[in-house]
Amino acid sequence: MSSIYRTLTGGTLRDIALACLAVWFIGLSYGAIAVASGFPLWVPAAQSVLVLAGASEFLFIGIVAAGGNPLAAAAAGLLVNARHLPYGLALPEVTGRGWRRLLGSHVMNDESVVFALAQEDLPRKRAAYWACGLGVLLCWPAGAVLGALIGSVIGNTGAFGLDAMFPAVILALIMPALRDRVTRRAALGGAVIALAATPFLPAGLPVLLALAGVLAVIIRPAR
Amino acid sequence: MKDPALVVAGLLTLSAGTFAFRFSGPLLRQRIAFPPWAGRLLEAAAVVLLAALVATTALTRGHGFAGLARPAGVLAGGILAWRKAPFLVVVLAAAAVTAVLRLLGVR
Repeated sequence: MSSIYRTLTGGTLRDIALACLAVWFIGLSYGAIAVASGFPLWVPAAQSVLVLAGASEFLFIGIVAAGGNPLAAAAAGLLVNARHLPYGLALPEVTGRGWRRLLGSHVMNDESVVFALAQEDLPRKRAAYWACGLGVLLCWPAGAVLGALIGSVIGNTGAFGLDAMFPAVILALIMPALRDRVTRRAALGGAVIALAATPFLPAGLPVLLALAGVLAVIIRPAR
Repeated sequence: MKDPALVVAGLLTLSAGTFAFRFSGPLLRQRIAFPPWAGRLLEAAAVVLLAALVATTALTRGHGFAGLARPAGVLAGGILAWRKAPFLVVVLAAAAVTAVLRLLGVR
C-alpha cells in the first residue's frame, strides 16, 4: 500500500477516504434497513462482502422483503450490476493479472471506477482504483454490520433521510464527468429514458435501457 | 424471512453473477483492441448508467414516484456538488434536507 500512498496526491487520497467514509455511512443505513425489513444480521453481512455492490443489495433486500422470490431478486440485482461489464471495458489495465485479478475484479465498484477514470496516467489510475476498491471492501461491510446491530434501535431509517444518501453519493462522484457538455446531454437523456421506463419494466432494466442515451455522444461527437 | 435456503441461493447467485460481470470486462478488453473513440464512448456509457441509477434511486420507489422529500434532498446534494462542496457535505446535506422535509410532513 506504500506505493499507493506515494503515487497519489494528498487531495486524491483525502477524496477517496471521504468517499469510503460516505460508503460506511450508506452501509450503516443498508444494515439498518435490512434488519428493519426482517432479515437476520448475516444476510446484509454476507451480501456486503460477497456482492459488494450497494444498489443491488438494497434492491435484493427490498424485493425479498416485499415478498418476492429471492432468485427473482437476484436476477434484478444482476441487471443492476450488469453495468460492471462496461466498467471493465472502459477501464485501462488496473485490475492486475493472475491471482491478483480475482481481488482486483471484486473491488470494481462505482466509486473505484470513477476515481480511476479521473486520474491522468496509468500508475495513478491503478493506485486510485485499488485504494478506493480496498477502502470500500473494508468500509461497506463494516458499515453494514454496525448498521444491522443498531438497526433495531433506530427503527425508522427513512426519518433520517438515509435513502437520499446513495443517489447523492453517485451524483457527487459523476459530477466532474458531467461538466463535459456532451457527456451531460447523454447522461440526461439516459436518465429520462430510465425514468420513463421505470413504471413498465422490472427493476434494473430501466438503468440498462438508459445506455441508449450514449447515442447522443455518437450523433454529436466531442470536438 | 420465509425460506433461508432460498435466500442463500439468491445471495450466492447474485454474488457469483456480479463477480462474472466484474471479471469478464477487463478480460474482454485485453482480447479486443479498442480504438480511442471506443474508449471514450465506453467511459460515457459508464457515466450514463450511473446517471440513470441516480435518477431512478432518487425519484422512484418500486414502479412509482418516491415522493418529494428524497429527490429534494438529492437535488440539494447535487447543487452542492456542482459548486464543488466537499463530498461528505454533499451526502450529509442530502440526508439532512430529506429528513427535515419528512419532519415537516412532506412525503
